[in-house]
Amino acid sequence: MTDLYQSQRAMRNMRRAAMQRGVVAILDIGSSKIACLVLRFDGPERRRDSDGVGSMAGQSQFRIIGAATTRSRGVSFGEIHVMTETERAIRTAVQAAQKMANVRVDHVIACFSGAEPRSYGLAGDIELADSVVTEQDVARVLAACDMPDIGQAREVLHAQPVNFALDHRSGLGDPRGQIGNRLACDMHLLSVEASVVQNLFYCIKRCDLELAGIASSAYVSGISSLVEDEQELGAACIDMGGGATGISIFIKKHMIYADSVRMGGDHITADIAKGLHIPMNVAERIKTKHGGVHATSKDDRDMIEIGGDSGDWEKDRRQVSRTELIGIMRPRVEEILEEARARLDAAGFDHLPSQQIVLTGGGSQLMGLDGLATRILGQRVRLGRPLRIQGLPQAVTGPAFSSAVGLCLFATHPQDEWWDFDIPTEKYPARSLRRAIKWFRDNW
Amino acid sequence: MRPLTADRRYPQHAARAPQAEAVAQAAHPRPPQPHVRRDPAPTRMAYRMQRLWLTPFFRVCVRVGLPAFVLSFGTLLWLSDDARRAALLAQVDSVREAVESRPEFRVSVLQVTGASPALDSAIRKLLALNLPISSFDIDLEGARSRIGQLDAVAQVEMQVMSGGILEVRVVEREPRLIWRQGDELDLLDETGRRVARVLTRADRPDLPVITGEGANLATAEALEIMDAAEPVVDRVRGLVRVSDRRWDLVLDRDQRILLPAHDPVRALERLLALDKAEDLLNRDILSVDLRNPHRSTLRLAPNALRELRRAQGIETVENAL
Repeated sequence: MTDLYQSQRAMRNMRRAAMQRGVVAILDIGSSKIACLVLRFDGPERRRDSDGVGSMAGQSQFRIIGAATTRSRGVSFGEIHVMTETERAIRTAVQAAQKMANVRVDHVIACFSGAEPRSYGLAGDIELADSVVTEQDVARVLAACDMPDIGQAREVLHAQPVNFALDHRSGLGDPRGQIGNRLACDMHLLSVEASVVQNLFYCIKRCDLELAGIASSAYVSGISSLVEDEQELGAACIDMGGGATGISIFIKKHMIYADSVRMGGDHITADIAKGLHIPMNVAERIKTKHGGVHATSKDDRDMIEIGGDSGDWEKDRRQVSRTELIGIMRPRVEEILEEARARLDAAGFDHLPSQQIVLTGGGSQLMGLDGLATRILGQRVRLGRPLRIQGLPQAVTGPAFSSAVGLCLFATHPQDEWWDFDIPTEKYPARSLRRAIKWFRDNW
Repeated sequence: MRPLTADRRYPQHAARAPQAEAVAQAAHPRPPQPHVRRDPAPTRMAYRMQRLWLTPFFRVCVRVGLPAFVLSFGTLLWLSDDARRAALLAQVDSVREAVESRPEFRVSVLQVTGASPALDSAIRKLLALNLPISSFDIDLEGARSRIGQLDAVAQVEMQVMSGGILEVRVVEREPRLIWRQGDELDLLDETGRRVARVLTRADRPDLPVITGEGANLATAEALEIMDAAEPVVDRVRGLVRVSDRRWDLVLDRDQRILLPAHDPVRALERLLALDKAEDLLNRDILSVDLRNPHRSTLRLAPNALRELRRAQGIETVENAL
């Protein structure tokens, strides 16, 4: 655990260094596309004379100077399957983004959707040594949370303090400086499979880049596509990607649950390809061009040339009606949404005060999806797209890029994580200087 | 409409096969497939090279450092051969020669303004230019300092004017005094600097004569005294510096006025006022001693002294001593 703690701390320091240098790359490793954005930081926000929320909620301090997308290869279910192929795809995206930005990028913040994320809610409490809460106390209460058994070969991806309670007062965002006797905290911990993270590390290292942070794509797409009141009052973001569908639940501006369904748009495409006996790329084109989930009577007469290049005249001139296409697509879409519904139910989404659901990701562009989702997920469903960022090229403003944009926001305004706090003094090894100082302070 | 029948896959007659094939090809002409790289990814080397090229330091090195290095190294390599270096120098010299000898740069006339004829010829002799000459060959600064070393020259400016004229503008020193040292007569300006030599006093009868030890060092005072002595200027023969300390004003008939070291002009003015009132200097006196401001002393000529005593009824015995 300490090993991961150290590596996360190292990544955090690297992110700081990158921000100081002024350029950092954002890499969204998806199953259908790999997007790379190059951010340039303009330093601390100007005209920030008062504390509080600055102009554009602090988003004006960076600009996107390079953006590139490439078709993903070697990635399935949001996990890296073929290293060399993925490495090439990353190289393609990074090179194009660098070329557009005309700067060299050394630090990369990456997100991925797979690796079977599992959420744990942890709680811990301590008695305060003196009545005022210090940063050291926050570290102690975080350390006091009992570590769940996350299983073999799994690692902690996010560990964020969600809520602090001081005596009987709960819902504190920042307890430092407050007075009380007993400090309790709730922490949300997201664990993923270690091998996936290691593969990612390795791939990015092979591209001569340094990994300055990793995030779950369900989390970051929630950051970018939920509006403020949804994040505050409780909402779920369903990021329908190519190989995996990420689910994240937010309340009080904190993520409290994240999960991923290992199904996505690629499965719809595969269904079409199998059902109509056509290649995957044709199936993909037909899906995006003619796809839908609600068949009307007009769709019976709407014939789609599915073509083929087999040399067989009859095979090459097949046509299907749009109804048939919808008939293939709809069960799979329903399956994905029902699976998401099951995950949300398991997480206790019904108990949230507001049950807004936001669909985003490339799969959410499917025609008529909002109607179908309303029937499965409940009435409060809307389609989301990335918000709150300037200077995006028009090509990357679509919902497919909500996790990339969210990663930009995550890079600039990271949530405090467990490893951002110092190790409590008690956990230091014996003979540590700090421990000696504490002993002196306590006894003299 | 076309019937929904498939094309025959195999030709019926082997003999017609090429023809059918040609027809089929004409019906469905396949566009020539251009060579497409299937892999859009850059190679590892290309990726690295691009990143290297985007490194600012490397960019500066290649764009500035490398050309500068190649240029300087090539030049040095070319110059390392003695013969080439000599040839280059010779070429430079010849170009320089060609430019300098152009008529635009030729100086053919030396014009001296503000100088007396004697000084004019002295300057010409000093410069010793054999005209015409290129203006590049004239050391204007050196010539100017050499002319400035002439005693008679107070200020000099030299300029090469258009039309090949070298103009020397001279301001001469103005002689104010004649300084006698033994047999030599020198002209001095108001600062005591020597201007020229005169052969006889009669050459410059308008100037007063000064003599004595350190006379040239106190010319300002001498000029003041001469100004003050204006009422008796036709009788003044000169000023004698005594012990480098004070002046004697010498009049004709060997009369001397011994002026004090301190404030001689005032003392002289007092004496001249007395002279105007009493006609003192026309009387038979040898010298007036003004050195003590409280007690001026007259020295009478022997006859006058005798007359005075006789008038006072004092008998003196004169002897050979």
